[in-house]
Amino acid sequence: MAEGIEWIALSVFIFFFVLVTVMGFFAARWKSAAVKEHLDEWGLGGRQFGTWITWFLIGGDFYTAYTVIAVPALVYAVGAYGFFALPYTIIVYPFVFAVMPILWKVAHANGYVTSADVVLGTYGSRALELAVALTGMVATMPYIALQLIGMGVVIKAMGLTGDWPIIIAFVVLALYTYSSGLRAPALIAFVKDIMIYIVVLVAVVVVPAQLGGYGAVFSAANDAFTAKGGATGLTLKDSQYLAYATLAFGSALAAFMYPHTLTGVFASKSADTIRRNAILLPAYTLLLGLIALLGYMAYAAHLKLSSPNDAVPMLFKTLFPEWFAGFAFAAIAIGALVPAAVMSIGAANLFTRNVWKSYVNPGITHAGEAAVAKITSLVVKVGALAFILFLPTQFALDLQLLGGLWILQTFPALVFGLFTRWFRAEALLLGWAAGIGWGTWTAWSNGLKPLASLALGGTSYTFFVGLGALLLNIAVAAIATVIVQMVMPEKGVTARS
Amino acid sequence: MWVLLLVPFIGLLWVPFYNFTEPSLFGFPFFYWYQFAWVPITSVLIWLVYRSLPHDEAQ
Repeated sequence: MAEGIEWIALSVFIFFFVLVTVMGFFAARWKSAAVKEHLDEWGLGGRQFGTWITWFLIGGDFYTAYTVIAVPALVYAVGAYGFFALPYTIIVYPFVFAVMPILWKVAHANGYVTSADVVLGTYGSRALELAVALTGMVATMPYIALQLIGMGVVIKAMGLTGDWPIIIAFVVLALYTYSSGLRAPALIAFVKDIMIYIVVLVAVVVVPAQLGGYGAVFSAANDAFTAKGGATGLTLKDSQYLAYATLAFGSALAAFMYPHTLTGVFASKSADTIRRNAILLPAYTLLLGLIALLGYMAYAAHLKLSSPNDAVPMLFKTLFPEWFAGFAFAAIAIGALVPAAVMSIGAANLFTRNVWKSYVNPGITHAGEAAVAKITSLVVKVGALAFILFLPTQFALDLQLLGGLWILQTFPALVFGLFTRWFRAEALLLGWAAGIGWGTWTAWSNGLKPLASLALGGTSYTFFVGLGALLLNIAVAAIATVIVQMVMPEKGVTARS
Repeated sequence: MWVLLLVPFIGLLWVPFYNFTEPSLFGFPFFYWYQFAWVPITSVLIWLVYRSLPHDEAQ
């Protein structure tokens, strides 16, 4: 794919990149408050985002640039199995509707900024707070690195080589996130999402028209999978049923445990904002499903790919005029900036509130919190950049996968406390450790695949490791709670207003 | 009404409901259009629950 620089595409790309950069710096003044030096302002945009801003923000940071590259790549490589992203991003919304408004109310009433704040407030346990905070930060770092990889794929497709374009893009991103906080990605998300919608709607109408309709697209993919053999195809193999369902379910439970999605929840104006978004956000899922089909269109277009990740960029380069390819690439690259910004802000909020404030400077002022978080967001981004510049790409992918498994283990500590106070902090911590320990060990010994197999009665069941680890986590937490109750009947819980 | 929120889980997590190609719709095998159809259905189900909430809850 390095046959020289595509100047028209590159010009369109640079135009949009400069546009969002200006917006990013301008965002500092958007809906700004009288008191600017406060973590609620920098890290949550003033806790004032209404239905539409929240829709663009969460849509922009949950459906990331990497998704646009990786989901079609997986569908291209294995077929139906890669489609689990669709049920995953559907069933996540009934969950969001039922749980996130309650979480928002707790956070709003007590001024909490992070998931670990909520856990500390509920259980009064510094250890559990630290476990949740560290898990959030560690799971987020490789996720940011993946956004860079997504951006790298489209930059390469325009004929640019070397690391410097990514470095420039990231320095720019780091600077406006530093100065504008969450307002920058919230404002840029409008541009990013509208661009992505245009690109995908054009692609799903124009591409099949050029390739002979959806029937032809599916049959081309079917022929390719028949030739390829193995666990690929337009439908799932029997052995893939459980893996498909548990990946969808486990991913849905994990999705809103991440710091970047929770930041979107905490930044919204009201519980009702979140409920309305649970109704409206599935529009992005429709988009994601259509994006996934681009993987099949690559077969119908007879593309020769050196890597499945090239499916989307090559499809656009082959079937569209150069200026539109540039527009599409800009949409994907800007699509990387929004989540990368929100992720670094989410991680910075965790560090500031649950590490710095808890262990280094308990008497920190609001202005001090904002200052620490701003610096941390820079450190986090430099870390993610170093990650992809100095470590193999596969390492980021593997860690991101483990990150999904790890973040899911914070589910009991964060969510159960919203409905029952029965679980004890010590027990939840033990469950968390068991889930992370077993899950990591199992994924590691399977060559870092997200699936584990269990033989029961002669049949082998293959399932998502993260969900298995969560079940173990809950079982350990429940048993340990019973034991702790017997040993120490009085509850060492701080009151929550 | 809250039980409506469980319906998408059943419809999508029980794979044998939809793991086949026929009948196809607009060229989409059943596996695909069935799952796509759950997107608007889920939105409507959540909206029905939302509408049924007491006024003070829906603020």
